[in-house]
Amino acid sequence: MLLIDQEKCTGCRTCEVVCSAIHEGASNPARSRIHVVKWEWDGFMMPFSCQQCQDAPCVVACPFKALSRDEEFGRVVHNYDRCIGCRLCVTVCPFGGMGYDSVSKKVINCDFCDGNPACARFCSTQAIKFVDASKANMEKKRIVAESLPERMKKFKIC
Amino acid sequence: MPLTRKIAYVDLSAGRVDRALIPERLRRLYLGGRGIDMHLLYNHVKPGCDPLSPENVVTVSAGLLGGTVAPAAARCHSGAKSPLTNGVGSCNMGGFFAPELTFAGFHHLLFKGKSEMPVYLWVHDGEVEIRDARHLWGQDSFETQKLIRQELGDEEIKVMCVGPAAENLVRYANVRTGLKNTGGRSGVGCVWGSKNLKAIAVRGTMDVKNLYPREALDSAEKWQKKMMNTKVAQALGYDGTMFIWNVTNTTGLLRYRNFQYNKLEDWESLTIERFHEKYHVGVTGCFGCPVHCRHQWQIKDGPLAGLSGEGPEYNTQMCLGGILNITNWESVLHGSHLVDKYGFDMAEFSNITAWAFELYERGIIDEKDTGGLKLEWANSDQLLPVLLEMVAYRKGFGDLLAEGPIRALKRLGKPEAEYYLLHIKGLGNMLSDERATPALALGIATSTRGCDHLRSRPAIDLYHLPEKVLEEVFDGGPMSSDFRSFVGKAREVWMMERVFATVDSIGTCKFQTIFFSPHAPGWKEWSEMIYSVTGMKFTPEELKDVGERIYTLERMFNYREAGYDRKDDRLPERYFAEAVPGGLPVVKGTRMDRKKWNKMLDEYYELHGWDNNGLPTEEALRKLGLEKEPSHVL
Repeated sequence: MLLIDQEKCTGCRTCEVVCSAIHEGASNPARSRIHVVKWEWDGFMMPFSCQQCQDAPCVVACPFKALSRDEEFGRVVHNYDRCIGCRLCVTVCPFGGMGYDSVSKKVINCDFCDGNPACARFCSTQAIKFVDASKANMEKKRIVAESLPERMKKFKIC
Repeated sequence: MPLTRKIAYVDLSAGRVDRALIPERLRRLYLGGRGIDMHLLYNHVKPGCDPLSPENVVTVSAGLLGGTVAPAAARCHSGAKSPLTNGVGSCNMGGFFAPELTFAGFHHLLFKGKSEMPVYLWVHDGEVEIRDARHLWGQDSFETQKLIRQELGDEEIKVMCVGPAAENLVRYANVRTGLKNTGGRSGVGCVWGSKNLKAIAVRGTMDVKNLYPREALDSAEKWQKKMMNTKVAQALGYDGTMFIWNVTNTTGLLRYRNFQYNKLEDWESLTIERFHEKYHVGVTGCFGCPVHCRHQWQIKDGPLAGLSGEGPEYNTQMCLGGILNITNWESVLHGSHLVDKYGFDMAEFSNITAWAFELYERGIIDEKDTGGLKLEWANSDQLLPVLLEMVAYRKGFGDLLAEGPIRALKRLGKPEAEYYLLHIKGLGNMLSDERATPALALGIATSTRGCDHLRSRPAIDLYHLPEKVLEEVFDGGPMSSDFRSFVGKAREVWMMERVFATVDSIGTCKFQTIFFSPHAPGWKEWSEMIYSVTGMKFTPEELKDVGERIYTLERMFNYREAGYDRKDDRLPERYFAEAVPGGLPVVKGTRMDRKKWNKMLDEYYELHGWDNNGLPTEEALRKLGLEKEPSHVL
């Protein structure tokens, strides 16, 4: 899975350009499968992409069963032969993870670049990491533990 | 592909927009960004025109690689004939504007004439509209951006705009985008104001095709790794440009109280450590940049509690701090916020204001001249917000300060004041004292936009690198590791001119060049990247020629518009007359040596193939294909 550490994101949007470059051959954030959502004036940024839900609303909603789970890679995949482009999946996705590419006229979501996601590869602060989902909590724990001494100081625990 | 990006000619007098393709021939000669902008200025500015007349033009551009996968291809350039120097007006900023302009289908915009009423330009997916900006006139540079986003109903719109200072024709008004990014120097924003151009809003969803996407990604990854392996990338990512301050202050390479001291005794109050402790809240980066050198700050308590922003830079630390005798972080941050809001160049402001303070101290001016202001160093931090507002709205004494060095001096009418004013070609000195560093001094003296370090500063000259390394980086020798020596310094400046002209034209960041590290990406990486994205083949040597061409054209522009030649490649008299008062023993007591200085200047002209008067010879022009410029006037 893509493990996102919001605090490390600098908002540079490299992930958007490399994602569109690797999938579409063109740099174009509008066609990227990942986006950095920003509140520029408040200095808050957060990369958002498909969460690859186990019980995915998009899979359930698709009237033509064009979407399914690929358990080998732990992702939600498209069968474009079945897809009619109704974009119900875009509507039901609770995270905005399913997008619509106005050039290819297809719905798109993160496919982990078939095992070596460009966004994680290029993220210089490692705000985006590609990790085994079953070990993600260990990663998360490590991240939290790293900042623990600071936090404990802050709350005067020690 | 970047090569499909167009240029829009915007005639503000007639309210007309024409669009055209950018010929590949022009790309080969000038790449894009600053390079093509200079070609446009040379061909479209009416020779000898008043910079604030409708005959001047304004360019806005993204670099050749803007918006592609090339790291930090975020830089945006804006040019005009400068209202400060009458020569090249050129400013450059990061952020997200240039990539968005590219995604909207354009790389260059050229504004001619003057609009009858305030307008802004709305560029979106190949369309260009001139819109009414009367309701935005008077708004500061933050509000303007927010209001345009609201009006057009899209939070992803990127806006570049000018603030009240440009509207009031402060000669060093700048252009701004986002919270922090500023095209600061040479007064390009003032020209925007003179044309009633308030802002440009861009939004694009068009592809920038990479000709060989896999190779382009591989080149980008190699470039990124090379950059991130340098120590300076780590320092920049943590401290921003302020990482330089402790060492330059200790050595004694900065200027305080105008130009009276070169080292701050009370230095601990203005350190980066103090900033981290109290005000730093995070870091952020420009489009596609792995380095993320921008701080986010917030003042958490006291009367200014809640004030926040991005920055500050090393320049802020000095221009709104040390030079004006301010050593209080909160005053510096507040000043930085105000200067951004009003939209003018803090370097120019601090240079001219510090000059006024020194004149006051020496009794050359008094309260009669300042309109009652007591310009005492001890009061400078209270006076800072007052003076900033007075300049932005040209109130009282601020009206004189807003004129920039040459005109302010003339209007003041006191010949004895000239000696204390630090400027070259009409552009004020920034924050450093170059008396002990010939390479840095040569850079500011010959820079095509006046006294400025971002045209050619070989900062790694200060690193005491082995001569062998210097010979490799700067293409030959003899070189000297000693920053006080005059040996090889002309060669360093010559190389940096070409490096900066090239990266400003491909649209990537100067920090990702040999500016700060000999190990940073360079000619090889740029030529690989250009090839994989556009298919245009340049050898590293050919790219260096492009840099030389751009720089030479700027030199020609300066000669044509302002008559600048050898006599103007000068240092302020104080550099020769006064010895460095403090700092480490290696710099204390030095002053610039006139004989060695002149010899270095000769050597510099010779490397360029210019004559003894500093003008390009016919042969040099022919070699670069410049002999027929101006080649077209539209």
